[in-house]
Amino acid sequence: MSDTAKLSVQIAAVLVACIAVALMPGYVDLFQLMQFTLFASMAVLALSLGFIWGFGGILCFGQTAFFGLGAYAYAVAAINFGDSTPAILMAIIVPSLFALALGYFVFYGRISDVYLGVITLTVTLILFNVFNSTAGDEYTIGVARLGGFNGMPAVPTFNMPFDPSGILFPEHSWYVTGGVLIAVYVGLRLLLRSRFGRVAVAVRENETRAALLGYDPRVVKLWVFVLGGAIAGLAGALYVNWGAFVGPTIFALSLSAEIIIWICIGGLGTLIGPVVGCFLIQYLVSQIGSQQSFNSNLILGAILVVFVVLLPKGLVPTLRNLILSGWHLVGDARRKGAEAKRNDLAAGQPVGAE
Amino acid sequence: MSTIPPLLETRNLTMRFGGVVANDDVNFTLDEMELRCLIGPNGAGKSTFFKMLTGQLTPSEGTIRFREHPIAGHASHEIARLGIGIKTQIPNVFNGLSVRENIWLAAQRTATRQATRKIVEEVLERIQLTDLAHAIVGQLSHGQRQWVEIGTVLAAEPELILLDEPAAGMTDEETVRTAEIIREINKTRALIVVEHDMEFIKMIARTVTVFHQGRILIEESVEAVLADSRVRDVYLGKKVAA
Repeated sequence: MSDTAKLSVQIAAVLVACIAVALMPGYVDLFQLMQFTLFASMAVLALSLGFIWGFGGILCFGQTAFFGLGAYAYAVAAINFGDSTPAILMAIIVPSLFALALGYFVFYGRISDVYLGVITLTVTLILFNVFNSTAGDEYTIGVARLGGFNGMPAVPTFNMPFDPSGILFPEHSWYVTGGVLIAVYVGLRLLLRSRFGRVAVAVRENETRAALLGYDPRVVKLWVFVLGGAIAGLAGALYVNWGAFVGPTIFALSLSAEIIIWICIGGLGTLIGPVVGCFLIQYLVSQIGSQQSFNSNLILGAILVVFVVLLPKGLVPTLRNLILSGWHLVGDARRKGAEAKRNDLAAGQPVGAE
Repeated sequence: MSTIPPLLETRNLTMRFGGVVANDDVNFTLDEMELRCLIGPNGAGKSTFFKMLTGQLTPSEGTIRFREHPIAGHASHEIARLGIGIKTQIPNVFNGLSVRENIWLAAQRTATRQATRKIVEEVLERIQLTDLAHAIVGQLSHGQRQWVEIGTVLAAEPELILLDEPAAGMTDEETVRTAEIIREINKTRALIVVEHDMEFIKMIARTVTVFHQGRILIEESVEAVLADSRVRDVYLGKKVAA
């Protein structure tokens, strides 16, 4: 498939997604719409890890640290300001700065992948314990009480920009969340086509070679990490907007692990994979949960095992390879093998390289 | 002539790994536009020497000056930005990316958008991989991946080019072409080439430095080196006997 063909497929997919977001409230009931709003906010979180892991080569076991910090930053700011507009900004800025500080020590200290996983995991546990022990009046920021293990209830949800009286209805929240998901996807897609994105992928491919060509891998990885933190923080704000509540369980390890499962199932090294995996698994888990006959974690584990063994590349790359090889088969038949050589080369497109 | 400072100069360069001395008190000088060959048996310290020159290893002792600029212990990317490019012994390429993307990444860091496009086409032509420009590097043969790496080094347009066994895994025909390219590059750039293939050395070499047990054994013209009995003993002797 040529580059222009790929681009048109991508643009078409984004347009379909936009139309789906716009029409969804007319086809599903309010409860389902709320569910999809939750899934979409989680999909933004999945995208943040899918980006730094799949394209930056940084396996962060504690992406929920930034997600949770974003959620708390939003909650504290929204309660204090009474307006969600600056609060959303805070939900992006605070986790970004945290990622910048953490990433600086990790990447400039040349800490390798495994230890990065351990450190991010530990940071998440620390944050959980810190926020869990903030019960009492002394843990108040402005007028916002952090509330310890009870969390912060009745957090103001999104309002119209700079208009606290114009509170959004659930339909509007769906539009915002779905819109943010599409915007983040398109933004990351564009970034990956830019110089910085291409260098980031090069650093993932071979750090030594990148350095020997004059790129500083530490700086590149740091910015990828910070961007991942910013997106995860934004997802945190979307999550609080959905539930009007944030508690320390947002830092729970189970969620961190779940994001990794979403990405494994959807497809590492793609942007659409984490979104697909997130929606699919969350939908499945919510269906199992409503039946009460199976333990959803058991099913989740079984699915993961099946995927690791049978579809190690994940859903999206496997499907794409099938479609592409079908495409080439048709092309081969047409040309009756006259240009078989050229096709072999074209078939060698890598997973997630575009 | 002596007023022109050398391009590269190492003084008392030493690298120890615990009790093992990989390089011991190496004093090495390379002039502008010079083409130098490094030979020596396995474990003589050639690759360690290259790793210190490119910042992959920090020397235990000694100094390295590149155009009078001290670079010992600097980060690899800083040294690369000063203008030292290297093809490593084991191909160090971006395996998951296309040939074109590999070359593009090397060229675009300093060149403008237009110049980058031109460099990429020229380099692809030079390494004769234009037809395979969209192929994924990881799926190419060892020899082709060597060419891709040489291409990335050329595309970055460094002042000094280090080639660690450029002809390894290449066919005779490709080896001849590599020698041609090296001579062509040498019209405008300085090079240091590590190689085991004596036929190849004869094709390109003027001055040869022989490493033995981490030290410089002898540094002479290629004829003198080939005639030297010590060199025969430590290195060539085995080959002649075999």
